[in-house]
Formats: sequence, structure tokens, C-alpha cells
Amino acid sequence: MILDSKIPKGPLEQKWDNYKKKAKLVNPANRKKLDVIVVGTGLAGSSIAASLGEMGYHVKSFCFQDSPRRAHSVAAQGGVNAAKNYKNDGDSVYRMFVDTLKGGDFRAREANVYRMAECSLNLIDQAVAQGVPFGREYGGYLNNRSFGGVQVSRTFYARGQTGQQLLLGAYQALMRQVGKGSVQLYSRHEMLDLVMIDGKARGIIVRNLDTGEIERHAAHAVVLATGGYGKIYYLSTLAMGCNGSAIWRAHKKGALMASPSWIQVHPTSLPQSGDYQSKLTLMSESLRNDGRIWVPSKENETRQPHDIPENERDYYLERRYPAFGNLAPRDISSRAAKERIDAGYGIGPLKNAVYLDFSKAIREQGKEKIQEKYGNLFDMYLKITGYNAYNEPMMISPSAHFSMGGLWVDYELMTTIPGLFALGEANFADHGANRLGANSLLQASVDGYFIAPYTIANYLADDIHTGKISPDAPEFEVAENAVKKQIQGFMDIRGTKTVDYFHKTLGKLLYDYCGLARNEEGLKYAIGEIRKLKQEFYADVRVSGQGDKMNTELEKAGRVADYFEIGELMCYDALTRNESCGAHFREEFQTQDGEALRNDAEYQFISAWAWAGENNEPELVKEPLIFEEIQPTVRSYK
Amino acid sequence: MDLHLKIWRQKDRQSEGKLVNYDLKELNPHMSFLEMLDTLNEKLITEGDEPVEFDHDCREGICGQCGMMINGIAHGPLKNTTTCQLHLRSFKDGENILIEPFRAGAFPVKKDLKVDRSAFDRIISSGGFVSVNTGQAPDATAIAVTHQTAEEAFDSAACIGCGACVATCKNGSAALFTSAKITHMVLLPQGKEERSQRVLDMVSQMDRELFGHCSNTEACEVECPQGISVLNIARMNYEYGRALFFRKR
Repeated sequence: MILDSKIPKGPLEQKWDNYKKKAKLVNPANRKKLDVIVVGTGLAGSSIAASLGEMGYHVKSFCFQDSPRRAHSVAAQGGVNAAKNYKNDGDSVYRMFVDTLKGGDFRAREANVYRMAECSLNLIDQAVAQGVPFGREYGGYLNNRSFGGVQVSRTFYARGQTGQQLLLGAYQALMRQVGKGSVQLYSRHEMLDLVMIDGKARGIIVRNLDTGEIERHAAHAVVLATGGYGKIYYLSTLAMGCNGSAIWRAHKKGALMASPSWIQVHPTSLPQSGDYQSKLTLMSESLRNDGRIWVPSKENETRQPHDIPENERDYYLERRYPAFGNLAPRDISSRAAKERIDAGYGIGPLKNAVYLDFSKAIREQGKEKIQEKYGNLFDMYLKITGYNAYNEPMMISPSAHFSMGGLWVDYELMTTIPGLFALGEANFADHGANRLGANSLLQASVDGYFIAPYTIANYLADDIHTGKISPDAPEFEVAENAVKKQIQGFMDIRGTKTVDYFHKTLGKLLYDYCGLARNEEGLKYAIGEIRKLKQEFYADVRVSGQGDKMNTELEKAGRVADYFEIGELMCYDALTRNESCGAHFREEFQTQDGEALRNDAEYQFISAWAWAGENNEPELVKEPLIFEEIQPTVRSYK
Repeated sequence: MDLHLKIWRQKDRQSEGKLVNYDLKELNPHMSFLEMLDTLNEKLITEGDEPVEFDHDCREGICGQCGMMINGIAHGPLKNTTTCQLHLRSFKDGENILIEPFRAGAFPVKKDLKVDRSAFDRIISSGGFVSVNTGQAPDATAIAVTHQTAEEAFDSAACIGCGACVATCKNGSAALFTSAKITHMVLLPQGKEERSQRVLDMVSQMDRELFGHCSNTEACEVECPQGISVLNIARMNYEYGRALFFRKR
């Protein structure tokens, strides 16, 4: 298979304009004849559903939560990037493009990254128009702060709840269309299969999570905006319901998965404190603007942090990366923390954390200033841990966070299945092997507001004579039966172990062998263990309740079943990439001082994987990455 | 620590519910309240019983999906906290805890502790937005908003739509939720154009959903996880009166 990324011709800065100039249009009268299904109501899902609804298409919007406003975009705290240069500190679209491409370790497509930076300007305008209350200067102008991996202030923020406010803007735009009748909303519905007719995506099978009913929904195009699959590690910063099932089921129908092993581990999450734990809470990266990260310079330190004098503290980020210090990118900061923890310098009851210290910032700026900037985060820390971070340093630890990998998409955000689009975190595009802070809200939003409305229209323009797609088509029946059979299968096992047991065991395996660091031996071992665990799952899982009623355990069983397969693919992906880049740190490939050793000569490509059937080795398809504008350099933050 | 739980179990909307007793032993006080329920459910599943259904997702206090009455208080004993941010250290060893779903006419029970809060979505879709289509926005700095105004708007915009205000109100009123959105929008220049129509539509929708009236007990503010102020309700009432006064006849 040869992958066509469909990157438009012309100079980088004109590619998107050139595309838009030539993209096909759909006459307003024809739009209402065209149905589009959008799965997911986060920033990408709500924004595309609202945009298509505004344009006059007939849209069905699905989410598994009880309301679209709960989508996990709501939890992003820090901010959203835009190259507005309001601070006059030398920012530009080009600089943002360079930062993002470099931040991603030169494993993203140039044209996509440039387009994201370009569209960032419009996003801030759009959000402000919707009433998003971004932080403002006293004169009334928008304020910015800086984030990891960059040296300018280009991050717009709404206290520590930027994701919530952007999502509410998109949700309100969506609900406006729901009120007008241009979008039909199906909350508490989970997509369980993709339906294809004549090789094109033509609908989905969903389960109504309130009633257990299986439903068929047909459309001319299907958009997956379902977020990432980082919850595969069980302990992660993600919401409990985040999952990879929709994209995985599309993958099994023929959509390629790209770079599945690139999962970002966030450096500033709260550390694990016990086995009962269901998730790790993220503390915004913005804290690193004022907080200094350190560990004791003596192993197995037992003293309290304030009893450790300045000269016995190791500010390891400032020591190793003087140019960026505490603002070093996430992959680098996470790995540096792991290195110190593994070497025996970790702190806290489980020796699994590092300090994030605000004492200097409080001394210099006053408690009030720090309170204004991060007050809600300090409150949150107090609620969760019971400790007051104004008086003593926070304890933080790396935790699984964002999946850079996802469905392979071309420049139009279309997967290898015609008519199936993937937006936001559900696709692999834009971030490369590591995502810079405040770029996830941006990517999800621009995909939905500014990119997909053009590219989906370009696709649909050929469908205006197709007529209604019927959910009675035999393809729907086959897919529905397969879904029902799988559900019955889970119910019939009646084993002894809970779904969570399997999820936790899989998660631990992945943390140990396909987490912050990987090696060949470990990855091969993990593949074998995942297969064994999967067999045990199908022999011994217990799903209580009924298949045709509300049943949370059944929902979880389906997701974990998919996680086994995704986890296996992650290991294959990590195994074939004999280099270290971004989130992918292969221990065999590092420099003498422990930095990632990238291999551009052999691995300057995107790994896209085709499903080859259960227990078969997946098939690798390479999309070469061609850099016209900038040449990859060694990524140094020193 | 040990806990004695009394939990509302209800098979579905039509069935009658009842309180059922459960005992849990040797719990870690650092556990969150929802992790305690996870532990209970693990136990129930392995013993062959059906787990307790409850709503939750982000477990970091921001999605607004979790929520239950704990000893008669929405989201439990801590002030300005969601259920997911409540930890067992807030309870005493050996304590009896009564766990019920949010109760309000407009929030029918779906199963056990899960309730239907879609009425909130319908209130938003009746007018809780700025009518701006994608791609029409002027430059973001073209509209200056003072720091104080943006912060004040944010105070109202911070509502997470959890429904605690409704559940704790003796009238089952959605006044705090609705007024927070109205205030957020009316404070900002972008939202001013539609202020009259918005408040009329949202208040009507609130009535259609069978939420009760606000009788100013201020219980909602006390139990709101985000500390949304009842002054928003005063603002809504002012906006409503203003809209009626200037309504074109």
C-alpha cells in the first residue's frame, strides 16, 4: 500500500490557501441532503458538528457522556497556543511552526504543522467571539503566558480552566445548532462499529448506554473525534471513560493506525499513592513557569523538604537544560524525573515523586500574585493530597497523558477509508513524537472549526447525487449482528475476575515495558504477556448484569478488549523503531549523557499499521517525511 | 478504616427504589469517595451481585458528571467540592454514610445513583450562547474587556453544570445554573447584543423543564463546587425584568 498524504503543492505558507482555493464546494440547497455523523463532542467533535450544522448539513452528534459538555477537553487546564505576537516578543506563525516541529522531534508533517500554526490566529478570534473569558491585561487586551518547549509567551489562558472554557464555547455553539434542529444530539451513546458500503464509511452501530439498545445510524460521511487512548495505562491523567474503541474498530475495518506507541507522559501529575487508585490527576504545566523542580542530592533522603538546605538540592532540569530549565518540553522533563526517581532520589512515601517548589516565586512575587495565577490548582492539590502547597513544595510525578498516535490521516484529515475522517487527538497528525503544551486544545479546535469544514465539503461534493444512505442495507445488519455477538460473548463468560483487574494488569505491563523507556527484550516480553492476559480475559472475565440494559461493566469490557489489541500494536510499533524520538525512548539508542538518539537516516517516516487479523503481526506501511523548509537538527534544550 | 454504607438502589426509572446496607472494611483514608465505590463494586461483582451504577468521568472535579447526595448534602460534607474530590479522610472510622441520587423533579433517576440531567442541555440550547458562526469573528483584541470584567465573567462561566444547586434546593430550582450562564454572557461585550432574548428564552425553558422557582434560601451557593454566587440570580432577575420592560409589543 502506498500512502498519499495529499499535501498541496507550492511554498509552505501558501499550501493551505492553495488547497482552499481549489477545494470543491457544496451548494447550500444540496447540503441538507447530506448526512454527517460526528462521534465525540470534545473540542474537535463539537466544533465540527456545530460548523457543519451552521453550514446546513444534516448532522448527528454522538457522545458517551451524559452531556456533550463533559467531554475530556473540559479538563485541559493550562492554555491554548496562538502566534498572535501580542507580547511583541518575536513570535510569528513561522516560529510557532518551528517550535512545534522541533518539539515533536521532527516526526510530524511540515505542511500540517504549519497549517495548525497558521489557523491558531483565527481560533483565538473565534473563541473570544463566543464569549470565552480569556485572561486579560488591565487595559483590556488579551494576556499570554509561556509554556514548555518555547521561549515566547504565546499561550492564552482562562485561569487554570482553559479547556473547560473553550469546550463550553464549542458546546454552546453545538447546542445552538441542536436548538435549531440542524444537529441531532445522541448523548449516552457509544460507537461500537463502523459500517462500510462499497469501501466507503457510511454509518455506525451504537449502543444506547441508558437502555442497552443497539442502533444503526447511516450517513454520507463519518467523523471520529473521540480523543486519545492514553487510558490504556489505566493510571493516567485521562477521564475514566476515555477509550480507543471507536478508532480501533475503524482500524479493524481498514483504517491505518499511525505511531501508536507515541504516548506522552506528562511530567506534572500527582504521584500514585496506593493500589486502589483509579487515576492520576494532572497539575497544569503552567505551574512550571514559577515552580522549580528538584530532588534531594542525597539518595534515600528522609528529611522534610524545608530541612534540606539549598546546596543539598538538585535542580536537575536547570542543571541539565540551562536554556529552558523548568520549561523543558514534556518528554524531556518526564524522562529526567524518571531518571532521578529510578536512581534512588525520588521523594514522598513511595519514593516515586519529585518536588515542584514555589518558595522562591512566593518570596519574589508575593503569595497573592501566585494565588491569582494558580489558586485553583493549589486548591485542587490541597483537596486531593491534604497538603498546602503554599507552605511546602508540591510532589509531582510523570503520568500517561496524551496519545500522539492515532488513525492515520492525510492532509484532508481523511483516513485510509474514504469518507472516514479523524480529528483532534483521534488522529496522529501535527504533534510528531511529542506534543508541546497548549497545542492539544489548539489542534482539536482548528481541526473542527477551520480545517475539516473545507475538507469534508470537498469530499461530500461528489456525493450530492447519492441519495439517502439506508440503515437497512445488509452491511448494517452484518455489523449489528457482530456487535450483538460480541456483547453476548462477554456476558456468557461468567468468569471470576473483574474488568478492572485486567485493565490494571495491562496498564502496569505497558508502564513497565512500553512507557517512558522501552527496550527490545522488554517489548517482546510484553507482547507475549499481553496475549496471555487477553486469553485469560476471554476465559475468566466476569461481566455482571444484563447485556440489553444499562451496564457500565459491559461498557468497560468492550473497551478493555480493544485495549489488549491496541497495547500489542503499541509494542510492535515501539519495537520496529530503532531510535529514540520524543515520547519514544529506546534504551538501546541514547547518547553518552542519556539523551535521546534519533536516527533520521533510517527512521524519518511515519509508521502506519494495517490490521492483519487477530494474533497476526500487523503490516507496517511507511509514509516518508520530507522536510522542505527546515532540516531536522539535534533537538537540544541545553 | 471501616464504613457502613446505606445506598439507594433503583433498577430503572419505573421501578421503586430502596436503601441497601453495605459494609466495607480496611479502606485507605486517602481513597477518593468514588474509589471507595469502585472497591464496593469490585466486591459486589466478585460476589455475584450487580454493581452500583453511578455517574463520573474526569475524577478531577471539572467535568461535572459525578454527583450524589452524601448524608443529605450534595457532593458530601466538604465545601465547594465535587464528589470525585472528596476523600475518605473527611469521614470518621466506623461512620454510617447515606448515599442517594440527586433528587429533583427535572432530574429523573435512571438507575441507582444516576440521574438524567439533560434538562440543563436544553436550557443552554434555548439561548445560552453567542450567535456567532464559525469564521466570522473579528480580531480578538478588537473588543477590549477589562481585566476585572473578564475575571467577573469567568467567576460565572466557571459553572460545571453538575446539578448540585438543583439537588440541594428545596424547590429543585435551576436558577443558579441558568443565571450563571446569563451573567457570564451579559458581562461580556460579545454577549450583550442578545441579552434580552437570551434571558427570556432560558427562563421559559427552565420553567418548561419543571424546575421549581427560586425562593432565595441560598442553599445552592453553599453546595456549589465552584462557589458560584447567588448574586448571579439577582442579575438574572434584573435582566429578566429589563427584558420584559423593553420587550417590543
